[in-house]
Amino acid sequence: MIRFLLKGLLRDRSRSLFPLLTVAAGVMLTVFVFAWLRGVEASVLQSTAHFATGYVRVTTAAYAADADQMPNDLALLGADTLLAGLRRREPGLTWTPRITFGGLLDVPDARGQTRAQAPVAGLGVDLLSPGSPEPGMLRLAAALVRGRLPARRGEALISDELASRLGIRPGQTATLIGSTMNGAMALANFTVVGTVRFGIGPMDHGALVADLADVRAALDMANGASAILGFFRDDLYHERQADSVAARFDAASRSTDRYRPVMETLRQASGLSDLLDYMSVILDAVIAFFVFAMSIVLWNAGLMGSLRRYGEIGVRLAVGEDKGHVYRAMLAEAVAIGLVGSLAGSAVGLAASYAMQVHGLDIRALLKDNTMMMEDVLRARVTLGAAFVGFVPGLLATVLGAGISGFGIYRRQTSQLFKELEA
Amino acid sequence: MKRVWWLVLCLRAAAAAAQAPSGDEIVRRVDANMFAESRIMTSQMVVHGERETRTIESKTWQRGTSDAYTEYLAPARERGTKMLKLGDELWTYDPGTDRTIMISGSMLRQSVMGSDLSYEDMMEDPRLERSYAAAVAGTEDVDGRRCWVVQLTARVEGLAYQSRRAWVDAERWVPLREELYAKSGRLLKTMQLSDVREVEGRWVPMHAAYRDVMKTGGGTEFVIRTITFGAPLPGYLFSKASLRK
Repeated sequence: MIRFLLKGLLRDRSRSLFPLLTVAAGVMLTVFVFAWLRGVEASVLQSTAHFATGYVRVTTAAYAADADQMPNDLALLGADTLLAGLRRREPGLTWTPRITFGGLLDVPDARGQTRAQAPVAGLGVDLLSPGSPEPGMLRLAAALVRGRLPARRGEALISDELASRLGIRPGQTATLIGSTMNGAMALANFTVVGTVRFGIGPMDHGALVADLADVRAALDMANGASAILGFFRDDLYHERQADSVAARFDAASRSTDRYRPVMETLRQASGLSDLLDYMSVILDAVIAFFVFAMSIVLWNAGLMGSLRRYGEIGVRLAVGEDKGHVYRAMLAEAVAIGLVGSLAGSAVGLAASYAMQVHGLDIRALLKDNTMMMEDVLRARVTLGAAFVGFVPGLLATVLGAGISGFGIYRRQTSQLFKELEA
Repeated sequence: MKRVWWLVLCLRAAAAAAQAPSGDEIVRRVDANMFAESRIMTSQMVVHGERETRTIESKTWQRGTSDAYTEYLAPARERGTKMLKLGDELWTYDPGTDRTIMISGSMLRQSVMGSDLSYEDMMEDPRLERSYAAAVAGTEDVDGRRCWVVQLTARVEGLAYQSRRAWVDAERWVPLREELYAKSGRLLKTMQLSDVREVEGRWVPMHAAYRDVMKTGGGTEFVIRTITFGAPLPGYLFSKASLRK
């Protein structure tokens, strides 16, 4: 029977080619859109985690409430003890303290007078401890444009764009003018040893990356940190796991003090909650639309096929083939077309997605004033999910289309068949 | 008889009005009492932050009302930091970086050493008479002293505070309390001055409590340890070169 159906499909191309192409195109589109959106989502999540919030973040309750303003007067104190506790209690995550701060970078002339000045977005991270995860997390080696990475205290990296704006080269000294955690003016000299380009708009406009110890000294934050960030070891955001880590942490504290440490997940800390929900809805909508549209197209294809095969089906019924058998045979044909079409569509979709994962799409020109932690080269992301996401809807749409159009078989009257065939 | 009573009342009111100085007169007397050609002062600023209290000691040499040179003596982190005000320019020197930075623009709104005072406060012309039009709003007692309540309204553009309300000691011509308002009418800062002592013929409030109502801390106390008026000042102090010495 299967051989009979396959022979029919192969020999009668009008029966198989159009539905097959339709299914393959739809599946390919679904796979590609899925991989693309997953890629964008992963880029936003990873960039936000690496440069801002981690996958979970510990701050004081007061800091969390105004985190956008980088209020270091509300920063964590006794951060090293807290860090040791987190590493002991939650060994599944990598924990690291950070200080984020704003300020001005002032470049002196030969007489020590201000030659150029620009605002900076500062990041104090553990650059110098052996085995620190930070250089890898921030992909500093890959981001380096000129010079080298900091190797000792008092050295810093700045964004290449900022360096060009200030006319400063690696090896020169600049003064950070900021504010201590007590609100006093803070001045600290840094030797700019290298320039970096992260490919993330907000960082590339004016980042300054220095060792945590230097930033603590500059901002009078002894044993302080704006936040302690937690990263999953596979560097992926696991929402449920993050939620349970945060719940465990907050359950351990009964304090209501506004300086008590609280833990937030990336979703809570980054303000990306709406965006993540929106992307999830888009994905569901794309798949639902695909199933619906494909079903309509394939239903129509099935109807046209039924009309074209009106005689064939009539003969089959006239020679005594059961209506249910004919209907099931048509469904089996649809399954075969759906399987082949979905496989082909998935393969082409995955290939296109992989090409987009490797090469990406440079949208730098569109992101001039972007404030979101998002890479300016958008890449698709090929995952196991992408391989299956189009397959089931592809099969479903084909079977659904054939199933609806095949109902016509049951309307044929056996008594009328010979009359119809005579005609 | 009624007419006689009315006459007596009117005469008494007129006499009282004649005794009350005008707002400008009060402000003139305050300025005359508070300011001298030169002043050398050591002081302590106690900043009551929400999480800790810090004490900052400094010595200030002041020439007239436009120039001042301040050197911070303690704590260790601030020791050697210097501040120079020359007319409408303000410079700070940081010994850690060996840099002299001009404080201007939005930096002027920053807090001085984390206190409730801003650099903008330091740049204000301390002579009220030049900057504000004054009107007497009544009398009130502050700390048991009879005070004129004076409403001050900016008469020049660009002041940090559009209006002020001052309670001025009616005998010693020292403000004992002040409220500083923004253009919108919002209260920005309050000042309580106390421990008024006579120094070289002037009445000087040795203790001031400032509070920036936008800040969450417990305010800033400014305590004068020593103060002398009219002493000769070394001229080299009032130049940028002196900051790095």
